[in-house]
Amino acid sequence: MAVFILRRLAQSVLVMLTVSLIAFAMFRYIGDPVNQMVGVDTTPEQRAALREALGLNDSVYVQFVRFVWNALHFDFGISYQFKQPVGELILSRLPATLELSIASAIFALVIGIPMGVYTGINRDAWLSKLFLTVSLVGISLPTFLIGILLIFIFAVNLRLLPSFGRGDVIDLGFWRTGLLTASGLKALILPAITLGLFQMTLIMRLVRSEMLEVLRTDYIKFARARGLSERAINFGHALKNTLIPVITVTGLQLGAIIAFAIITETVFQWPGMGLLFLQAVQNVDIPIMAAYLMLIAFLFVVINLTVDILYTVVDPRVRIGGSAT
Amino acid sequence: MTLRNVTVAAAIACVLGFGPADAKTLRWAFQGQLGALDPYTLNETFTLGQLGNVYEGLTRRGKDLAIEPALAESWEIVEPTRWRFKLREGVKFANGNDFNADDVVFSAERVLSENSDLKTRLPADVKVEKVDDYTVDFVLSSPNPILHYEWDTWYIMDKEWSEEVGLTNVVSASDTASSKAAFMSNGTGPYVIESHEPGVKTVYKPNPDWWDEIEGNIDEVVFTPISQDATRVAALLSGEVDLVDPVPVQDIERVNASDNADAMTGPELRTVFLGFNSIRDELPTSDVKGKNPFQDANVRKAFYQAIDIEAIKSKVMRGLATPSALLISPLLFEGSGEFERHPYDPEAAKKLLADAGYPDGFTVGMDCPNDRYVNDEAICQAVAAMLARIGVKVDLNAQTKSKYFGKVLATGGYDTDFYLLGWTPGSFDSYNILVNLAGCRDETGKGGPFNLGGWCSPEVDELAKQILVENDPAKRDQLIADAYTIMHEQVSHIPLHQQSLAWGKSKKLDLVQRADNQVLFKWMTLND
Repeated sequence: MAVFILRRLAQSVLVMLTVSLIAFAMFRYIGDPVNQMVGVDTTPEQRAALREALGLNDSVYVQFVRFVWNALHFDFGISYQFKQPVGELILSRLPATLELSIASAIFALVIGIPMGVYTGINRDAWLSKLFLTVSLVGISLPTFLIGILLIFIFAVNLRLLPSFGRGDVIDLGFWRTGLLTASGLKALILPAITLGLFQMTLIMRLVRSEMLEVLRTDYIKFARARGLSERAINFGHALKNTLIPVITVTGLQLGAIIAFAIITETVFQWPGMGLLFLQAVQNVDIPIMAAYLMLIAFLFVVINLTVDILYTVVDPRVRIGGSAT
Repeated sequence: MTLRNVTVAAAIACVLGFGPADAKTLRWAFQGQLGALDPYTLNETFTLGQLGNVYEGLTRRGKDLAIEPALAESWEIVEPTRWRFKLREGVKFANGNDFNADDVVFSAERVLSENSDLKTRLPADVKVEKVDDYTVDFVLSSPNPILHYEWDTWYIMDKEWSEEVGLTNVVSASDTASSKAAFMSNGTGPYVIESHEPGVKTVYKPNPDWWDEIEGNIDEVVFTPISQDATRVAALLSGEVDLVDPVPVQDIERVNASDNADAMTGPELRTVFLGFNSIRDELPTSDVKGKNPFQDANVRKAFYQAIDIEAIKSKVMRGLATPSALLISPLLFEGSGEFERHPYDPEAAKKLLADAGYPDGFTVGMDCPNDRYVNDEAICQAVAAMLARIGVKVDLNAQTKSKYFGKVLATGGYDTDFYLLGWTPGSFDSYNILVNLAGCRDETGKGGPFNLGGWCSPEVDELAKQILVENDPAKRDQLIADAYTIMHEQVSHIPLHQQSLAWGKSKKLDLVQRADNQVLFKWMTLND
């Protein structure tokens, strides 16, 4: 067990090192940050002095080692644009992204599961076919298009919901929340739907196929034979057994939601980490880009590691396989 | 007041309802974000324009860009190299400190200090002398008739305050130390910044003690950056913001068709032009070996006459461009009317090429940004197609601005043979253009730092020297016209057009759109 976890940990460290190398290498070729930071009138001498001050003239190895060492201390340097430590900036933008991600995950679950159950039970109902068709749209349309469509319908035409921003936020000291104001909640609706639509479709289809599977099993037949009500069979027995994979997938997808919030945040000008990242890309703010990539990689590594470790607890075969090879 | 306190206060304000019922809040959105508030950090139009609501210079520019007195009540040239400025009395900074000559001397030293991005506002060897509390002399080493032309964006800072918060040194764009002070402001202008969260939201409030009257009626300004074009236009159409900049060219009709917003367009000061590399002995991207075809003025003129500027205007720019014969906007040079573009004439162009020894044309690489100017890449594609008609094959390399500028500017060794660039003279004056874009330069850029192709004319350089020290406006204009005539005849560059500004605004909003693209709240009125 300990060996297995240690090995997984070592692999995670390797993954993180690789990601940091890729992040580091990629950013070196994204363009000269100096050109973004100064006006067009700035003289070549001033530009050269700037490169020196930023450490852009050191050798690649020195820059990489310095980068990893600092990252270990959650020190990603000072943002070129904001003159603030990048760690602080990301933490200040984290609540917005987490609120959006969790809201869209809840949206995906609350809508996706019942739809999955319904389409699983009533396979041939016209409503099921409608759900499936609509879900196909949800899965095939790119996020930004859905976002712009929603803005067009609900903000521009119907004027019901705001098209951008986070509404009024209340500062709790450690967390700035938009969940406590009416405008904040209204502003959350469109981005959460946009971000959660894909996951909702995924969950619906997953629940549906699991339901179809479970409903064919013997214990359901026996339950029917015993004369249990349809409701008890469907929700008490069948649904409960479909939820295990759903929970696993949802957990893993939460990482994806946070990571891919970039597009939704940009479309809705949602002031979270993803927007910060994209603005950083536009302004070649390398410290922010590096920190963000590392953070997302770290998130995925942690989630996967946790899942792996949980598997060893649940399934002894993983443990044996892990120590044998 | 810390950011957190401001937010709490804002939250309480929300709970209690929004102040007086008739408060006029202007909500406006720009495509980029407002970063540091140190007025000497970045020499860039948007930042300086926003800070122009908060800070003031000794001079300012009016609705028609004419120079007006601001913090200086009047000035005179006592002797050709000594300018005397009489300062306005009774002006206070937002924190209550008095404005006086010490602040001007301090600001002059600061704007010339090491990290400043606005060093061009003053000659490097100027001596600033305090005569009394409200009189300051600027002593120059040589006469300079346009000394004060850029001073509307040389904002005067409070000496005591700057020392107190630790802003004695300029926070440079590259500073790797964290600086909270760089996000504070203390100006004498019509508005004060109440809270500033870079990349998220900035709130302005009127300055009750401003020495002048605010013409408009805006009581509060909430600025949000919205980078996505579609979202920004949607926010305008849905009435969530009152003003957006810019409206993408393709959305202008849609905005005008809506019942609550319209687009305001007008010529911008920036001129977009094409340039040739004539300093290299051989063009690396060309199949012509052993010589540089761009050193021949006939070839340059052939390129000029091959370009159908009206087609670019109507097809690429959708009418939102003003073709130009000079590298300067007609708003900035009175003699512009005397110049006319070389006519579009592909036949004449072919003949010129043949005369120069290239009857079958040649190939050449072209560098172009794709996210810097309006439809920049599309312009380059159109130019490439037009040049193909006279037998010149253009290999277009359009890339993002950071890569583009990294290649073509001095830092990249001026690595370009044929390029597209846009330029606004910071001083609003031709001298800036004659030096920066047309001055003879060496390898490192000394002489003409933004003369990417290194075109060189000793006559133009000589004229520029005279223009710098000529105090008589009429004579000076004649010298400038002479220089432009040489550049026009020699085809030093191919001026294309001034692109248009396109702001989108609510029908309820009245405002003044100035060609320098500064968004100034003091002239804005929101009607019911």
